[in-house]
Amino acid sequence: MSPATKYETHEHDVLIIGAGGAGLRAAIEALAQGARVGVVCKSLLGKAHTVMAEGGLAAAMANVDKADNWRTHFRDTMSGGKYLNNWRMAQLHAQEAPDRVRELEQWGALFDRTDTGDILQRAFGGHTFKRLCHVGDRTGLEMIRTLQDRGVDLGFDVYMECTITRLLKDGDRVCGAFGYWRNSGNLVVFKAKSIVIATGGIGKSWKITSNSWECTGDGMALAYEAGAELLDMEFVQFHPTGMVWPPGVRGILVTEAVRGEGGILRNKNGERFMEKYDPKRLELSTRDIVARSIYTEVREGRGSEHGGAYLNISHKPAEYVKRKLPSMYHQFKELADVDITKGPMEVGPTCHYVMGGIRVDAETGQSTVPGLFAAGEAAGGMHGANRLGGNSLSDLLVFGRRAGLAAAQQAGKCPATAIDNAQIEAAERDLLAPFTRAGGENPYKIHENLQDVMQSLVGIFRNDEDLRKAIVELEKLKARAANASASGSHVYNTGWHLTRDLQSMLTVSEACAHAALARTESRGAHSRIDFPKTEDAWGKKNLIIAKKGSAMTLTEVPRGAMPAELQEILAESK
Amino acid sequence: MADATATLRVFRGDAETGKAVDYEVPLTPGMVVLDAIHSIQANQSPDLAVRWNCKAAKCGSCSAEVNGRPKLMCKTRMDSLPPDQPITVFPIKTFPVIKDLVTDVSWNYEVNKKIPAFKPKPNAEWKMYQRDVDRGQEFRKCIECFLCQNVCHVLRDHDKKQDFGGPRFFVRTAALEMHPLDSRNRIPLLREQLGIGYCNITKCCTEVCPEDIHITDNAIIPLKERVVDQFYDPLTMIVRKIFPAK
Ligand SMILES: Cc1cc2nc3c(=O)[nH]c(=O)nc-3n(C[C@H](O)[C@H](O)[C@H](O)COP(=O)(O)OP(=O)(O)OC[C@H]3O[C@@H](n4cnc5c(N)ncnc54)[C@H](O)[C@@H]3O)c2cc1C
Ligand code: SF4
Ligand code: SF4
Ligand code: FES
Repeated sequence: MSPATKYETHEHDVLIIGAGGAGLRAAIEALAQGARVGVVCKSLLGKAHTVMAEGGLAAAMANVDKADNWRTHFRDTMSGGKYLNNWRMAQLHAQEAPDRVRELEQWGALFDRTDTGDILQRAFGGHTFKRLCHVGDRTGLEMIRTLQDRGVDLGFDVYMECTITRLLKDGDRVCGAFGYWRNSGNLVVFKAKSIVIATGGIGKSWKITSNSWECTGDGMALAYEAGAELLDMEFVQFHPTGMVWPPGVRGILVTEAVRGEGGILRNKNGERFMEKYDPKRLELSTRDIVARSIYTEVREGRGSEHGGAYLNISHKPAEYVKRKLPSMYHQFKELADVDITKGPMEVGPTCHYVMGGIRVDAETGQSTVPGLFAAGEAAGGMHGANRLGGNSLSDLLVFGRRAGLAAAQQAGKCPATAIDNAQIEAAERDLLAPFTRAGGENPYKIHENLQDVMQSLVGIFRNDEDLRKAIVELEKLKARAANASASGSHVYNTGWHLTRDLQSMLTVSEACAHAALARTESRGAHSRIDFPKTEDAWGKKNLIIAKKGSAMTLTEVPRGAMPAELQEILAESK
Repeated sequence: MADATATLRVFRGDAETGKAVDYEVPLTPGMVVLDAIHSIQANQSPDLAVRWNCKAAKCGSCSAEVNGRPKLMCKTRMDSLPPDQPITVFPIKTFPVIKDLVTDVSWNYEVNKKIPAFKPKPNAEWKMYQRDVDRGQEFRKCIECFLCQNVCHVLRDHDKKQDFGGPRFFVRTAALEMHPLDSRNRIPLLREQLGIGYCNITKCCTEVCPEDIHITDNAIIPLKERVVDQFYDPLTMIVRKIFPAK
């Protein structure tokens, strides 16, 4: 039977997998190029992870600090990333972010304002100047709604609550994708000339995480299975401030804007411990440093009541706190019975962001597989070993746009491709297998164990022994996941959905553990207790994960020399 | 506390049939209803359907009727509910059930498409002051939980989905109409396609909004005034054109 008759089929020039900031911005650009665009997402439109972003979006607009410019933003980003960033991406990002913000405003976004009527910017860790454009502490909502409205206005087709489980190829090239509707369990095939992966992060593999159920690394796993390379997978950011109490909210993010607005961290003895770890930048040091500092305080017995640190903003006027941090105010009041205008919050590190991802060309977001592009958190390189706060939202816009543009241009030149039924049938068999394994294991249990393994063995501090153990444990979990079962109907069956998401989580977790074991140094978010120093030699190479046959392979690639003009910027004093 | 449990009475079923099923769930400090639902999924019934994303009242995915009241499950503490009786968790009533707690809210996305997007005034200077954007920002806090749509009697009891846009889309229209730099006029749309005349200002929508948006006072009533001005009072309309209100 041809796919057109057996499966629901849709055809687009550009298929975008993911409707967060990166996917929506890519879609808008591809539409502007005249391409027929389809956007697929696992949740409803407007609910992607981007909606949760709080603190702001970094762009050197110089509205508040007139001395700011792209060169300083570039230097801050590289320094925060411990110079492992793809410098061309860091350059493009710093240069183009202000235009991308202005565009949002022209599409209807309402940012907080300065007294002179411009977009207000706030301080954030690692940024030399006040640089984060924001709307209170709900910047992501403003951004996603603006992009969503723009996309609807331009007329994209959105396939909501639809999960892609496999990329389809014709020879070397991607030519489509296979997935299922969460609402019905029905199968669907998308034919496309180019595909942009904008599926976000991988944080759901860790127990304490700020990430939603969607962040299972699907896009990276899909790309990996299709032959693409993954880069820097050892670099996972633990945000210093997640909630720690009560248990149900553990990991939920406390925006860095609390510190940006003047919040102070103390241990149980009342000591402002950041004076010890980074006396110059204190609470506004980079995230890797603040997270390790809190972790160390707790480990050495100076933690707060529930094993974190105290973060206090109550020295600011209550009205100010409520206006600048309204959702933090409500979050603590309603979920933790704490009034942050009166007393401190308890905070501790939470898994937040992955710097690694699909290896892409800086200008176009093109992966190593023809026809396949990636942008946003799913793509690697831009943030090096550690991301600065606010640099993700701007990354989504800058590289979402670039990927959408290149994908549309390439679609125009794409040779005719054909869908291979055998690939679709194999994908269908894999997807439905859990229903045939009556009596197999409950996927929720496997997920819980995976989270324990990653949390305890591939966490903030790592060592050789733990990482080797993690790899052994992951093998066992893979075997168990292959025997996970689903029961009930195919309609909105969350257990069944999890059996598929687990596959992705296991792939990215394995990639992370292997890369973390191989990188025998400490740099940015990757801290090896057994190799505490940052080594120049390691700064000259990236680690690449790829699939060869059925095996996961790891190779080192040299980074080449940075152009002289960028080196000069890094050498400039502030 | 350690051994304390609660009984959740959860709707299980689909568009055709369904029934309430009781589950015993162990209680933990600070637990919210969504935690309890997740505990049922993990330990008792992996195929229980529910939507959620943020678990922090930011995405508007987890709307349901808890003990008969429209709520975000991630924001509803178990210790705010009477401990001695089963806690009922049902899907929001105004939209068709797909399965268990998941409803078909696609109608909302269709209504949304009728509203013309922001279109800046020609030669706008892009200067806006905080006082000019305060009102718009209030409306843009909307997380599209659709709880207001769920309780509005025009939709819930009278099923006027053909003729009426509902409070969520009055909020969106108000944000656009009160944007200091917008150039469009959506007043005829409000009257004709979104049926704002059906609203009789009961304020039920405002009461349930988890974002505390003053839907009726700040969005609907000013919009109704504009409808009246434009359609029934040509003189005010001319004055407005000369001295625009926004
Ligand atoms: C609580 C929180 C606060 C944050 N605050 C900030 C901040 O203030 N500033 C900042 O710069 N960054 C912030 N970040 C980081 C930033 O929000 C994310 O990195 C960013 O939003 C990721 O965007 P994205 O477009 O790459 O992906 P996402 O927004 O995660 O979207 C991914 C999309 O892909 C879809 N998808 C995934 N898998 C599949 C599949 N298999 N099939 C179909 N669709 C799929 C999902 O449904 C979703 O639509 C924050 C993160 C968190 C968790
Ligand atoms: S005030 Fe109007 S829109 Fe709101 S619930 Fe009542 S009738 Fe519906
Ligand atoms: S206006 Fe309030 S109740 Fe209505 S959808 Fe938006 S957030 Fe929900
Ligand atoms: S899960 Fe996002 S609002 Fe409840």
